Amino acid sequence: MQAAPAKALNGASIIAALKTSGIEYVLSVPDIVTSAGLLTPIARDQELKLIRVCKEDECIGIAAGLAYSAKRALILIQHTGFLDSINAVRGIAAEYAQPICMMIGLLQHDPEFAPRASNRYGVRIVEPILDAMGIAHHLIDVDADVAKIRPAIDTAYREQHPVAFLVGRSPS
Amino acid sequence: MMKRDECFRILARHIGDAAVVATYSSAVDWVTVAPRVLNYTSIGAMGLDSSHGLGLALGRPDKRVVVLQGDGSLLMNLGSLVTIGEVAPKNLVHLVAHNETYEANGGHPIPNPKVDFAGLARAAGYAAVYDFADLGVFAQQVAHLLEQEGPVFATLRVEPSRPLTYDYESLYDPAKRKAFKTAWRA
Repeated sequence: MQAAPAKALNGASIIAALKTSGIEYVLSVPDIVTSAGLLTPIARDQELKLIRVCKEDECIGIAAGLAYSAKRALILIQHTGFLDSINAVRGIAAEYAQPICMMIGLLQHDPEFAPRASNRYGVRIVEPILDAMGIAHHLIDVDADVAKIRPAIDTAYREQHPVAFLVGRSPS
Repeated sequence: MMKRDECFRILARHIGDAAVVATYSSAVDWVTVAPRVLNYTSIGAMGLDSSHGLGLALGRPDKRVVVLQGDGSLLMNLGSLVTIGEVAPKNLVHLVAHNETYEANGGHPIPNPKVDFAGLARAAGYAAVYDFADLGVFAQQVAHLLEQEGPVFATLRVEPSRPLTYDYESLYDPAKRKAFKTAWRA
């Protein structure tokens, strides 16, 4: 009997999906879940433009300004930063219906559990908050999930609404 | 000490086709002085005016962006000074009306009303920094301020204004956002 293959998430695949989605800017405060597998290679990438901000809610305003200018951006942050930015997400992304695309690392989450079943309170409340705000969200947990990224981003910009990708496993 | 609406009347003569990002009391005064399609007044969360301005400036480097921010708003997003200083958009002009109060929320004083915003912007890396307390000097320099390579920062030392009427339905009108987008992308 063979052991089940280890679950894995490839950062390069995510970055490729972001590029094919037309993402030009990445706006970020470092997040330890996505640091090595996403932010570090994005910082070295020649095509993506990385804007390092001081606090996560800045990203929401910058992304809105870029969206008005027909430029696509991804916000790469930790779930604590998302929680800190709720009012900006509420006003700009939800009420003004802006295509704010967020990739949110779930700090200290055990990826063997669903986020709603996490033993971390801060992680457990993320999906219910997104649901309450009417924001579409997708769990990016294994390589097969990467296929969700491009259609979700295209839909967000086409239909003018925000979207969140939740990353609970550190991409390699 | 200057009056904010008087500063804005002078600014309006030179604004051309720049996008103007403004909120709260600054937005009320600005749209009264200069009602125009390229006004961006739907900020969504206090303090993010400067961040919206940065996004617009990055998105259209061929156009000018002017942010009209209140002192209370900037205090809520002081980090944006550092972000803007780092990104250094050449087409961004950031004006802060320093009246030492949260004017839209009851006129209470801001923390440390004498804070040196121009000094903070200089330390954060803005390319040019001004501090205006005299309307004549502002009038003399505003054209240069709008044309020079940014990011440009200026404190406008102004009095708290007369009681304003805040017509948020108009400031946040979705039709105005749509019209702005069309004009900004043209």
